[in-house]
Amino acid sequence: MGNETLSDGDRRDFLIQLTAVVGGAGVAATCVPFVASMNPSSDVLAKAETEVDISGITPGAMRTVAWQGKPVFILRRTPEQIKAAAASDGGSDPEPDNKRVKKPEWLVVIGVCTHMGCVPNKEDPGWVCHCHGSQFDDSGRITRGPAPKNLEVPPYRFVSNNKIVIG
Amino acid sequence: MPGRIIRWIDQRFPLTSFVKHELTGYPTPRNLSFWWNFGFFAGFVLVLQVATGIFLAMHYKADVALSFDSIQHIMRDVNYGWLLRYMHATGASAFFFVIYIHMARTLYFGSYRSPRELLWWTGQGLLLLLMATAFMGYLLPWGQMSFWGATVITNLFRATPFIGDKVVIWLRGDYTVGDATLTRFFALHYLFPFLIIGAVMVHLVALHTVKSSNPSGIDLADKDNIPFHPYFTAKDFYGLGLFLIVYSVFVFFLPDSLIEPANNIPANPMQTPNHIVPEWYFLPFYAILRSVPNMVGGVVAMGLSVMVFAFMPYLDRSRIPGGAHFRPVYRVLFYVFVIDMAVLGYIGYIPPTTQSILIGQIATLIYFILFLLLPFLSKVEERWLMKRGLPPEVEALIESESREKSKLLQRRRQGDVA
Repeated sequence: MGNETLSDGDRRDFLIQLTAVVGGAGVAATCVPFVASMNPSSDVLAKAETEVDISGITPGAMRTVAWQGKPVFILRRTPEQIKAAAASDGGSDPEPDNKRVKKPEWLVVIGVCTHMGCVPNKEDPGWVCHCHGSQFDDSGRITRGPAPKNLEVPPYRFVSNNKIVIG
Repeated sequence: MPGRIIRWIDQRFPLTSFVKHELTGYPTPRNLSFWWNFGFFAGFVLVLQVATGIFLAMHYKADVALSFDSIQHIMRDVNYGWLLRYMHATGASAFFFVIYIHMARTLYFGSYRSPRELLWWTGQGLLLLLMATAFMGYLLPWGQMSFWGATVITNLFRATPFIGDKVVIWLRGDYTVGDATLTRFFALHYLFPFLIIGAVMVHLVALHTVKSSNPSGIDLADKDNIPFHPYFTAKDFYGLGLFLIVYSVFVFFLPDSLIEPANNIPANPMQTPNHIVPEWYFLPFYAILRSVPNMVGGVVAMGLSVMVFAFMPYLDRSRIPGGAHFRPVYRVLFYVFVIDMAVLGYIGYIPPTTQSILIGQIATLIYFILFLLLPFLSKVEERWLMKRGLPPEVEALIESESREKSKLLQRRRQGDVA
């Protein structure tokens, strides 16, 4: 190796930069398992589906069930409630009622306020979230208050006339 | 013999000179009032919290099935467990109490001004660390308020652009606040105090570089400084005695006054309490969050309301030395700010009604307007005070300061930074 090659400044700069890049990539790659370890673990991911027997719910009554640790409201709506919900498109996040239900009699929504994650209370008509005063109608749509979106409809299906599976 | 040991150490480690320079002989302005005690109190409470916290951790269990009962175990079965827990819970409130007064003193006397910007910013960092530590510690008893407080605050991160939902799940380690959340909060609640201790060291190094400010706002010449010991050790410890009397009244006679009754109910993810409130020290910021009708806007406003203090060295453009005591306009702003904080705190405490939301929104506006007006009002006030006539010494001081500044600028322009 000639003397010129040894004292080549560009070559030295390149090696320093290369070392920094490889070292930086190594540090970043090492961070991945640490960051990923804070995401939900396999057992948490496993509790994905919940089966609910809805036969005992009378018209106008609501049942709260747990799905993935979150409360899900199952509301058996009366004809008046269905009519009122169908009459409007809600408030700041308009959505027709028939897009939010599989059967008009049954409303299934996640009972977590889309604002800060509190559980709204059933206060007819609809729900009121006491944390920050958001109000929802009997279709779970935001009508007043700071919540940006309607109550979320979880994925669910009717497996028989009085049994649904959420998830 | 002791002399020989110290000599042996001094040859290997600057023990005597460090103690002399930074502790006993540390030059301190002779006119410091009792408002300058609160930094020392904060350091004392930090030690108290670390000590009680470590002993509580010997009996606490971070598990959703066990944590609530382990608190009861501490309260009923552990020897003096009730005392350790009440000292720790009261200590959290005491920490914020002394820090808020420490900050109010800095604002009132203008201690944040040049050359103490870095000192002020390290303090701002300490405030954020303290808030994070307090917030995570509040989840550990696993009561209703613990659970829903953590739910609401972790939900704030939904405001992160694009990946908000993922960030919240990552923070919690679950779809809701759960066992994973509790365990990591415990781990971090144990870690953060040591980060705070590190940051306090940086804060103190900055302080000992620029030295303490004082009520006059004028940097005192060396002849007006006195050694820290015995003058300010005596003053700090006398103040500490008074502080401990108030602290003890809360620990022994009113320990539950600072604990929300709802937190004596175990956490229930299916039922939010009708009225959830944060701890008193977060109330004004919580009121700002609630006042903004838009979610992202509310989160941004709340973050800004905490961080806005960092801008103070630049928002205040007055060259008049001294704080609110010598500046009538700034004094008015200061007191309006304090009253506004109290109003926001009250609004944050009561359940939201149409009327309280309106008052909260007005108070939020006033909060930010005060900071926005400061650059103009401080300049107007400066011109008015100068026209009215300042003492000749103060005028000479301002002149010499501006002369030095322009000299520095000129040198910098010529590229001669050193």
